[in-house]
Amino acid sequence: MFETINMKILLPELILICTGLAVILLDLVLRKKETVAFIGVAGALLSAYYNFSLMSLGWSGAVFQNMFVLDGYSSFFKLIFYISLIITIFISLNYIKTERVSSGEYYSLLLFSASGMMIMAGAADFMVLYLGIELMSLSLYILAGIMRERRTSNEAAIKYFFLGAFSSAFLLFGISLTYGLTGTTSIIEVAEALNRLGPAGRNITLIAVIFFVTAFGFKVALVPFHMWAPDVYEGAPTSVTAFMSTGPKAAAFAVMGRVLFYAFGALQLQWSAIIEPLSIVTIAVGSILALSQTNIKRMLAYSAIAHAGYASIGFLPGTQEAFAAMINYLMIYIIVNLGAFAVVVIMRREGIMGEELSDYSGLAKKNPLVAFLMLIFMFSLTGIPPLAGFIGKFYIFMGAVEAGYTKLVIAAVIFSAVSAFFYLRVVVYMYMKEAAEPSVLIVPHSVKLVLAFTSIMAILLGIFPSVLLDFARASLLG
Amino acid sequence: MVPLSWYIVLSAVLFSIGVFGFLVRRNLIMIFLSMELMLNSVNISFVAFSHYLQSMTGQVMVFFVITVAAAEAAIGLAILIVFYKNNPTLNSDEINLLKG
Amino acid sequence: MTLPQIFFAYFAVALTGLSLLVVTRRNPVHGVMWMLILFIHVAGLYLFLNAEFLAAIQIIVYAGAILVLYLFVVMLLNLKKIEKERKFQHIWIVGLLVSVAFLTLLIPLLGKFSVYPPPGEYSVERINSEGQIMTVGRVLYTKFLLPFEIASLILLVSIIGAVVLSKRKLN
Repeated sequence: MFETINMKILLPELILICTGLAVILLDLVLRKKETVAFIGVAGALLSAYYNFSLMSLGWSGAVFQNMFVLDGYSSFFKLIFYISLIITIFISLNYIKTERVSSGEYYSLLLFSASGMMIMAGAADFMVLYLGIELMSLSLYILAGIMRERRTSNEAAIKYFFLGAFSSAFLLFGISLTYGLTGTTSIIEVAEALNRLGPAGRNITLIAVIFFVTAFGFKVALVPFHMWAPDVYEGAPTSVTAFMSTGPKAAAFAVMGRVLFYAFGALQLQWSAIIEPLSIVTIAVGSILALSQTNIKRMLAYSAIAHAGYASIGFLPGTQEAFAAMINYLMIYIIVNLGAFAVVVIMRREGIMGEELSDYSGLAKKNPLVAFLMLIFMFSLTGIPPLAGFIGKFYIFMGAVEAGYTKLVIAAVIFSAVSAFFYLRVVVYMYMKEAAEPSVLIVPHSVKLVLAFTSIMAILLGIFPSVLLDFARASLLG
Repeated sequence: MVPLSWYIVLSAVLFSIGVFGFLVRRNLIMIFLSMELMLNSVNISFVAFSHYLQSMTGQVMVFFVITVAAAEAAIGLAILIVFYKNNPTLNSDEINLLKG
Repeated sequence: MTLPQIFFAYFAVALTGLSLLVVTRRNPVHGVMWMLILFIHVAGLYLFLNAEFLAAIQIIVYAGAILVLYLFVVMLLNLKKIEKERKFQHIWIVGLLVSVAFLTLLIPLLGKFSVYPPPGEYSVERINSEGQIMTVGRVLYTKFLLPFEIASLILLVSIIGAVVLSKRKLN
């Protein structure tokens, strides 16, 4: 009954989990709390190293009776998660001290959430998928509310928790219907069983797909399931928001792709038809509602909603090419978004929250380098060439036009132009308004590293677009 | 013999009542209870499928769903208590510090 | 109506009625009490479906641990003003419409559910020959080992969360 379990495949996740455990324990004995953070980063780097060496040695495959896989698909997403995790740890170092958050639990919860995301990316069975989603989400609910004295943080945690649990119930209902139709929860076997079923039970399969899309729509914050995102992003601690808007969003897309493409590949036309109106409404609502925001975290939340809409256009053609464009877009968006949040984090100093747009007035005179980097990030988020954001949107739109969604792409381009208003408003504040108070901006070394990395990637990926896209295509093929 | 569809319809009815409770109630604890109702309805459907399809996967899935529900209850109630300490109300429409 | 169908009809009516009672009670303690009876009925339904281990787990964990936790929290948060407040939100019509839409869409489609895939290997006789717990245990520790381990992590996260959110401030 027992077969040799190939534990090597789980090594990256195991390393990250053990790092999380080590962080909780060592937090009790270490005096200098930054060491704990560096242990976290070391663990993440070690895990990444093993992941990519396993892939390059050809060790990919399934383990635990096809419940978990290590393949190109999951490795690309894991790269996104590693970047998100490491950058979040770096920008949290000083932020945590200012906000007086207990560091051991914070970093270990970040690590557990990242492990949950990696389990989500590599899941080949609905049970493991659900448990990975829950592991990631539960850690995030706690992280959103970890600044206990702050009422905004409490509110963010409550809203995130209730809506996240609601969406998990929908996901479970979808899984139960799928299990009832096919007798199995393994994604590959579900696909085979649905093929064998043919047109019988097609209605019920469609209901299951609707439940899945609803649940993933909540996680990704597609309209009309986006209600939680602005409040949660605004209320949570800024470093947690940086993490939430990048890693978990990509993880939700990973799971969505795994389920829709691999399990429900037979119903591709139907779920494309369901997602199409959702994407365009998401882009519209995200872009329009961002125009009136004065809080930069809230504005970045609506921008995240709009970007999720742009990314979900990659689902519509239903081809691997379009999906490669989508994961390319996600990687670019996440790097740039982390850079923008890094700037927001350093605006928080003693006595100043730094979250209103007016706090950015005159930044160009106070600290010209930071202002210039923020300009790069804002331009990239808008999609102005030659920065990376333009390349991401270009490939997605091209894939959609080739599949015949021309009207959708025209609308998306129009909203892209509309989005310039609120992104460039930040640039206007930085460069053309006078500073309210002459306080100095301290940029910690870790954040300097983050800003350098993200801005350089934003420029490089814009100038050499095909590098990332070819890597994405190769990953999807295995 | 009870047909399988009766169980699934019962599960759907309970799920809908849970959704109704979630969307309609003001008190946060009652919203939380409605969520537990939704999870229970899904559990019923899993166990029914497990019996009629003669497969153990459903029962094991219920095992994990109950575990996660317990973990969620602990975290959710902790969040509720922290919220209540700062803000002594449990009505969902009075949570409007973050506008929108 | 055969005897099993009568039993099922009782469970169905009881569960539906109890769930309606749970979501419409004003006092959270009353809601929790009705929920307790609902959980016991669900455990009865599991017994009916030959899932004895799950019935026991349902009562021990759900009714015995989770509901007790709820009751503790409800008692801790001293809610005195409940009687004078509104039960439902202002826009309760929307919630009612959404759930009625759910019902009208789901019931006709799900009413035609029949058993599609070929039957698996765990028939009632086989489970009863080995014993419930043996079967569940055998499957849980061999085929579903990975989810089991992840579930243990989820419980750890929940412990960390509960402690970090509710501990007293350290000076």
